[in-house]
Amino acid sequence: MAVKNLKRKRSRLSQVFAGILVNSVYEMENYPIVLLNTVVSPLSILLVIVFVSRGSLFGVAIEGGFIMAMFSAGMGLSTDLSHLKNDFKLQDMIVSSPTSWLTYMIGISFSEIVYAIPALLVLTILASFGLSLTLAEVLEFVAVLLLIFITSISIGYTLSTFSSDIVQSFAFTRLISTIFSTIPPVYYPITYIPLPFRYLAYLSPTTYAAELVQGISGYLALSLTTVIIDWTVLVAVTIALFVLAKTKARWREV
Amino acid sequence: MDSVSFTLPTQGVFVLIGRNGSGKTTLVRILATNLEATAGTATLNGIDVMSEPDQIRERIAIVPQEARPIPWMTPLQSVLSYLLWRGLGYAEAKQKACEMLDRLKFGKKARALNRTLSGGMKRKVLMAMILCTEAKVIFLDEPTTGLDPISRREFWEVLQEIRKDRFVVLTTHYMEEAEQLADTIGVLEEGRLIALGTLDELRRRLRYNYSVKLLSIPAPPITLTEGEMVKGRHDLPVILTTEDEAFRIAQNLSRERIKFTINPVGLEDIFFYMHSGGDTGGS
Repeated sequence: MAVKNLKRKRSRLSQVFAGILVNSVYEMENYPIVLLNTVVSPLSILLVIVFVSRGSLFGVAIEGGFIMAMFSAGMGLSTDLSHLKNDFKLQDMIVSSPTSWLTYMIGISFSEIVYAIPALLVLTILASFGLSLTLAEVLEFVAVLLLIFITSISIGYTLSTFSSDIVQSFAFTRLISTIFSTIPPVYYPITYIPLPFRYLAYLSPTTYAAELVQGISGYLALSLTTVIIDWTVLVAVTIALFVLAKTKARWREV
Repeated sequence: MDSVSFTLPTQGVFVLIGRNGSGKTTLVRILATNLEATAGTATLNGIDVMSEPDQIRERIAIVPQEARPIPWMTPLQSVLSYLLWRGLGYAEAKQKACEMLDRLKFGKKARALNRTLSGGMKRKVLMAMILCTEAKVIFLDEPTTGLDPISRREFWEVLQEIRKDRFVVLTTHYMEEAEQLADTIGVLEEGRLIALGTLDELRRRLRYNYSVKLLSIPAPPITLTEGEMVKGRHDLPVILTTEDEAFRIAQNLSRERIKFTINPVGLEDIFFYMHSGGDTGGS
């Protein structure tokens, strides 16, 4: 039988938009309470740090809040994708459609950013009081946040494709979030950690991100070598985890 | 799956039946590019499922087993978003979604949250999602499991719509559903395709054309001059035999006031016969 080329022109933008609608807009529209979740998590630790340091770490804590908000948004992808895949079988429907894994992942990733908007707004308002940055520093800051986000969505996506149920996914997500964004010196300068333990902190990519943003805002005096090392590690980890997601994640199951 | 090999015209409805774990879902998931096969080949309209999944995905859609619409969305939002995922523009997707939900008589329920809908309506949402697409091959994995008889009948009506211009691969545990809908039936057992054909072809391969089902256990002693006794639904005895022999047995059972039914052989009889090790001449 002759095969006709039935390939029609498809809008990648629509496919990305579908992910945003399903995973954030419709959910927020019908369950507005979810908006509070994204604000509470980064703000809770921020408040503790500010109170304990009597305000001296206000700026660092805001920067930590941003990093945690972006990292949590990316890790949220893991539980959301796992939920959509295992409980509704949506991923199977999408696999058997013209949407690629990358488009699906980008759509759901954007939805996580939409989800994080309330937290990011609150943090931006706080930052206008606690941080003083030039435009170039703001761009540098955003670049760091973007790398952290790509790192976490790569981890989140890979984990979700291996998860067989939502409880398992939640357990992994909480563990990774705690290891990468609560324990490392994200909300306070790395110099607060005693030396032998400081090396352990450098096992987390969020430490490099936090060190960079703390350097940008002047809370840490970083040498040029440290800045270069931090950027190199952060970019390398981001690329490595993205490649891992591309090659090891199970879009089509085996 | 083990050495499953068949060729079918991609039109009408192909129903796969078999016990739990017989490989129905695995076969459907392989064909729908959800699952990678460890060996073998499969082509759909000449396109290799293994090596050209992206080409296949342009023209297929699936409702997986245990799929359900997302509870925080409405039927309209569900259909619209699925069409967006298939790459349609927003305006076109919304128009198509509205038309389809009208056609399936959703009425005001089109804008109600999915979690408030009945089981039957939820399945209808999933059907609306794929019915709206341009997919020419539709995979439905046990779409009516758990539905009440009326909802199931409504689903059959929707399926009659789909089959008009598409090829449907459907798995089910309901024999009457397979009889009602199938153009071709495949019977799977432990990963092997043990029979394939139309209902009439499967009937012809059985040596007997009548079944007498006893409605109580244990079966009374019955002397068969021709035919075989197999275990049917709820382990009740079923005698598969010729028409003359069936009526002779029926007379005897009536005299002894034993309850029974007598019918021409149906798919359920064929199914139980095959699973009891009966010979149908291979596939």
